[in-house]
Amino acid sequence: MRDINIKYLEGEVRIPSACGLLGYINRKGELTSGYHIVDAMSVMRERGNGLGAGFACYGLYPDREDYYAFHLFFEDINAKEETSYLLYRYLDVVQEEKIPTRKVRTIKDPPIIWRYFVKPKEEYLEDEDITEEDFIVRLVMKINSEIKGAYVFSSGKNVGVFKGVGYPEDIGEFYRLEEYYGYTWIAHSRFPTNTPGWWGGAHPFSLLDWTVVHNGEISSYGTNVRYAEMFGYKCTLMTDTEVITYIIDLLLRRHRLPLDIAIKALAPPLYSVIDRLDEEERIKMKAIRAIYQSCLLNGPFAIIVGFKDGIFALNDRIKLRPLVAGEKGDFVYVASEESAIRALSPELDRVWMPRGGEAVVSTLEERGVLV
Amino acid sequence: MKTLYESDFIVIRDEIRCIRCKVCVRQCANEVHQYDEEDDRVIAENSRCVGCHRCVTLCPTKAITIIRNPLDFRENYQWTARAIKDIYKQAETGGILLTGMGNDKEYPIYWDRLLINASQVTNPSIDPLREPMELKTFIGRKPEKLEFDNYGRLITEIPPQLELEVPIMFSAMSFGSISINACESLARASVEVGTFWNTGEGGLHKKLYPYKERAIVQCASGRFGVDVEYLNAGSAIEIKIGQGAKPGIGGHLPGEKVGEEVSQTRMIPIGTDAISPAPHHDIYSIEDLRQLIYALKEAVNYKKPVGVKIAAVHNVSAIASGIARAGADYIAIDGFRGGTGAAPTRIRDNVGIPVELALASVDTRLREEGLRNQISLIVGGSIRNSADVIKAIALGADAVYIATSALVALGCHLCQNCHTGKCNWGIATQDPNLVKRLNPDIGAKRASNLLKAWSHEIKEMLGGMGINALESLRGNRLMLRGVGLNEKELEILGIKHAGEGI
Repeated sequence: MRDINIKYLEGEVRIPSACGLLGYINRKGELTSGYHIVDAMSVMRERGNGLGAGFACYGLYPDREDYYAFHLFFEDINAKEETSYLLYRYLDVVQEEKIPTRKVRTIKDPPIIWRYFVKPKEEYLEDEDITEEDFIVRLVMKINSEIKGAYVFSSGKNVGVFKGVGYPEDIGEFYRLEEYYGYTWIAHSRFPTNTPGWWGGAHPFSLLDWTVVHNGEISSYGTNVRYAEMFGYKCTLMTDTEVITYIIDLLLRRHRLPLDIAIKALAPPLYSVIDRLDEEERIKMKAIRAIYQSCLLNGPFAIIVGFKDGIFALNDRIKLRPLVAGEKGDFVYVASEESAIRALSPELDRVWMPRGGEAVVSTLEERGVLV
Repeated sequence: MKTLYESDFIVIRDEIRCIRCKVCVRQCANEVHQYDEEDDRVIAENSRCVGCHRCVTLCPTKAITIIRNPLDFRENYQWTARAIKDIYKQAETGGILLTGMGNDKEYPIYWDRLLINASQVTNPSIDPLREPMELKTFIGRKPEKLEFDNYGRLITEIPPQLELEVPIMFSAMSFGSISINACESLARASVEVGTFWNTGEGGLHKKLYPYKERAIVQCASGRFGVDVEYLNAGSAIEIKIGQGAKPGIGGHLPGEKVGEEVSQTRMIPIGTDAISPAPHHDIYSIEDLRQLIYALKEAVNYKKPVGVKIAAVHNVSAIASGIARAGADYIAIDGFRGGTGAAPTRIRDNVGIPVELALASVDTRLREEGLRNQISLIVGGSIRNSADVIKAIALGADAVYIATSALVALGCHLCQNCHTGKCNWGIATQDPNLVKRLNPDIGAKRASNLLKAWSHEIKEMLGGMGINALESLRGNRLMLRGVGLNEKELEILGIKHAGEGI
């Protein structure tokens, strides 16, 4: 058994951290290699401290796009066996393999990293009258909260998360990201205040097709978690990113809110602004604030959220963390620093600072719009 | 019978300062001070003094001071002076001991065992002087989710809500238990600040109709003053099941207090006792409560929230869950420290549980049942300051009720003699000469000042926590830590001990 020899394990304590974010999408759906984002992250080295980095890529498994791609960390072989048993019991597994990695001097002591391409078994869906997505969510929750030393860190279709403890350049090299091609890439570099014991705590955090990277420490965490828990989500990692992901899943997938409404729930306009709206909008905004009051993300944050059809980036209402956006041709970029965007594309058609609470949304085949 | 009960207070008069103006004589409804013309002296009958400080405050030369009677009983740990005196009283009267205000005994005050968090380094605190800070609160039933049409228009109909600018409302105090001027003071302060006051079970006096938009009208077991006009007058209806000061029993307004005005407002004959039965005689079970809730909703055409107020008792979480399922729009929980105009002392001091524990357990239970975000939760009965409010909201309350604090703002000195009707401050009395001592202009100002002051403090503390909207504190128990609490208490409160991280 791997001796992690770390006192403060993520999930047992809450570890505040600051971060560097970068994400981009090609609206035409053109695929680009992971090489570029890994390279661009290196200019924001100051924003991390080598204790966590990760990437998400959309469009990387075209041959398996109908299957959920489960990426898992295992602390030891027992955890893997126990999880395998569960996976094969509930899911049709068409392929499983070790995620290819290469040796990197600075990456020490990686867990067992495995991926499975799966579909829920029909009989379970019928028996329990449950949607496919809900079934997957429940299984992910079960593995993450019940099997010691096992952690599902990616579970969407045609999306993959690659993350670990290290600087982004090293994590990129470790996972051989230059070999993957996607239309959306999201990256994260972390500055945690404590030594995270294992790799699950790194970002992006992901559930189904959602991937979230986050810079900040939300002061509404306690409220948000207790709200998410009412809907069956289990916050095992105690990180902001985890609960933000669950709330996004709840609002967009389960409550089927339109994206712009869900964004208003996360970072609603101030009442002083709402009071000046016309009546219909005012009633709508007040309803969003009243009914989704526990979804408000308060305190400093900048997030980039990836989903099947696009990405959105959002700041807290009073912009306590940096977030900048840029556009060049079919590419839309969002990042903590303009330097990282310029590293991807030195020439830009447009570059702007989204205001607090004002999302940058960009979807495939659509122009980037401000919400 | 010679009384064995020695006076509680001693009035000390500085004879050099005293100018024999007789203000104290005129001001004391308990007739403590008497002027002796022969000797040209004011003398005091100590045994009548309740320690309300009316004379002390109004004496123009500050000649009066009042101290507790230092007389030492041959008391011991078991037999305190209070225990002995209570027996003397009962031996002399053969009656139930009565008292006013809330439980004053040495039970733990959990508010004072909770500490609030603040931001340092990893996230910034927010300065309320420079940044917006939002306290707006909605009380009422919330749908679980919202639905929109393809054009982004809201389809879901939102049930009626009370919109509060501060998360603090004035708790139920009837006209009858308090004076019309006290009612008017609180009603006007509610309008000024943007919150709500509560009629209690005494009906709505005609003089208070101008403030009805800010009123919650109560429907209690006596149904005093309840008709369809009354139900439609307020912005919400509250079914009063119980009260923290006297869980399990009803109310009693003696006939002497039922003068013309009270009689009209309560819709009962002059001079009759107004007795609210212990239970609602149409509610012997939870399904009966549901019927009353919907009867009231029908009466107001589903345009106003209908809440239910209960006392914090042992099984409060299951009861609250039942109330939520019965269709109530909010639940008000009144803790065992909650005040009253009159209650049997033994009940006030021994029945019910601390509201902090009741609140935590109700909030937890409603979450386990998946009901919490559908119903609003108001707590009252012991809130003394803005920190208590913050702690209540972090434990899970949507808003708080205050009553004793509000009366103190109006001038109450907590003499605990509300039940005598001789309130020298014009608050808990119907005596016209006493009532006029409370000027509603000044009362409204003092009460609204209190709420404004608390709002400022709440904003400061919220900003310190890095929060700029109150909803992000609601149920955010990570913002609290306990000190000197045992494992069980921490478990019920759902908080960690000070020194433990997140």
